[in-house]
Amino acid sequence: MTEKFQIVEAGSAGTAQPSTPRNVPHRGGRANPTATQLAEQFPGAVLRSEVVWGETIVYVATSSVAAIMRWLHDEPSQQYDYLSDVTAVEYRDFETPIEVVWHLRSLPNRRFLRVKTVLSKSAPLEVPSVWGIWKAADWMERECYDMFGIRFTGHPDLRRILMWEQYKEGFPLRKDFPLRGRFSRAEQLRQALAQNPEAKYSMEELSIADAFEDLPDDMRQRLGAGERTGE
Amino acid sequence: MGSGNRTVEVELSTTGLDAQGRPQRVPLVRDSGGQPLDITPYESMEPELSGDHMLINIGPQHPATHGVLRLVLELDGETVVRCIPHVGYLHCGFEKIGEYRQYNQIIPWTDREDYLNSIGNNVAFALGAERLFGIDITERCTVLRVIAAELSRIISHLVWLGTTCIDIGAFTPFLWAFQERENVYNLLESWVGARLTTSATRVGGMAADIPTGWVDGLKQFIGSFPRTVDEIDRMLTKNGIWVGRTVGLGVMTPDEAINWGLSGPMLRASGVAYDVRKDFPYLDYETYDFDVPVGTNGDVYDRYLVRMEELRQSVRILQQAVDRLPDGPVNVDDARVILPPKSKATSEMESMIHHFKQVMEGPRPPAGESYVAVESPKGEKGYYMVSDGTSKPVRWRIRPPSFINLSAIPKMVEGHLLSDVIAINASIDIVMGEIDR
Repeated sequence: MTEKFQIVEAGSAGTAQPSTPRNVPHRGGRANPTATQLAEQFPGAVLRSEVVWGETIVYVATSSVAAIMRWLHDEPSQQYDYLSDVTAVEYRDFETPIEVVWHLRSLPNRRFLRVKTVLSKSAPLEVPSVWGIWKAADWMERECYDMFGIRFTGHPDLRRILMWEQYKEGFPLRKDFPLRGRFSRAEQLRQALAQNPEAKYSMEELSIADAFEDLPDDMRQRLGAGERTGE
Repeated sequence: MGSGNRTVEVELSTTGLDAQGRPQRVPLVRDSGGQPLDITPYESMEPELSGDHMLINIGPQHPATHGVLRLVLELDGETVVRCIPHVGYLHCGFEKIGEYRQYNQIIPWTDREDYLNSIGNNVAFALGAERLFGIDITERCTVLRVIAAELSRIISHLVWLGTTCIDIGAFTPFLWAFQERENVYNLLESWVGARLTTSATRVGGMAADIPTGWVDGLKQFIGSFPRTVDEIDRMLTKNGIWVGRTVGLGVMTPDEAINWGLSGPMLRASGVAYDVRKDFPYLDYETYDFDVPVGTNGDVYDRYLVRMEELRQSVRILQQAVDRLPDGPVNVDDARVILPPKSKATSEMESMIHHFKQVMEGPRPPAGESYVAVESPKGEKGYYMVSDGTSKPVRWRIRPPSFINLSAIPKMVEGHLLSDVIAINASIDIVMGEIDR
């Protein structure tokens, strides 16, 4: 039999019983107290904060994302132990920078916080990974990289997840990516037909079982010439 | 259930008749002395074989992967050393398409994403869009949406139960579960006209009010459904094969489960009492009397127990919702989002223009953003919408619970047997439509 666990209650920090939000104002509702505490703790790094539709948004400097996230997770008065979501937003006008958005929850305090950082399109899109703090970030950061091309530095395995690894058309959720794809249907068909149906395993997977030696000759030659497979 | 400790009592199983014509009872997980066997036996049973590790590919076209999931496994003998999941075979770019659609036009896409919970997704999306518009829905609509969400939780858990039974080797509960699911689909069909892809909600209300006499059908279902749950319970919960194939598999501790972002029954089976309906309530869930079942072992068996109890709790919520269902309008009185009645639109000029602009241009929320999460059967499902003041969202993000639950599968299957991978994968309750979107 397995060991029994202690039950962990959400809201254990003694918060009041929550209720369904009503008449939520567009701007300027009640702010999450974390926003001011965060601004006191990191005076230079917290750029501004606002409340939109009852949800507190904190804009932070990209360089301090790792330190701020670590503080939010570890600080006993905050305890943001649950990472709900990691995603990015690109606006329709080209001038507005891309935003990376983290949705955090504190289960003991029953708090919800949205942390944002802006990435200028003129520089490489890079932001620190929070994988070391929340393992939940693993696939969410991979998806964000896959869809927006944002590199999460420090992520142990940052590769495409929904699109295949050899996908060459770019990053689908970027606004300059057309709805039908960047390549023509004819080109997409040509590439699909040119794919080797045997090429299903990445080099890492082939190395598991020394399966490279068992491959057909032509496949070994193609891999030896530097062609990469996998999905 | 609840917070108390739970002991698994393994019943003896019947295999044929003895010489006197009485059922012959053979212990399935007990030794000849009647003592319970250790039901996590692989440490001792695993033969000492040395050799190369093996590469095994499961899927994407394997029925036990519940869709088009592909798992590449590194095996040492029969024990999983490493698991590399591949997803994305069903990727359709829902989030991209959403940026080209008005808010009401996105609702049919939410059907097709987690297609076992389609009406629950409709409700979740409408709640998110209404936050963006600053609309509070009517009393009747709130209760109708609770009924819709709980019915869809029942459908989803029944499909999970049936397919998991098949994965583990039991066929009969699958038929019982799918028969009840049919009853729910009949109810949905007579309400919104569709069974699977319901598209039942609109921003500010519902596509249709329930027809006359519909509540009687629901009451009949509420009366008969618990019996089916009890039957499946009697068949599985103390069944030796079921217990032997589920206990001790894929254990996640509470800290791990929180850190890996698990949600829904996966998280609660690990002993974390977090339910969006209780902790970040919506649709007046705080006024309903229901319990949140939690497990204490965090294994596949606990996930089964939690989901079984959630079926019963959903029936409790449905009963209370039926009792309180108020009369009154379903749609809000807000000309920004609600179409004028068809009779007016075809007879009055102003209403016709209003109808035309509403359909062709679409409602426009003010610039802003909202993340509204609901407790879907799979876990915390969130819709994050960003508006720039036009009729189409700048960004429509789905927070897919089964995607994030699945991301923990390499950790959960490590060290287990190949056949247990199927049971662990089934316990996550994945829907590839939601994972790949």
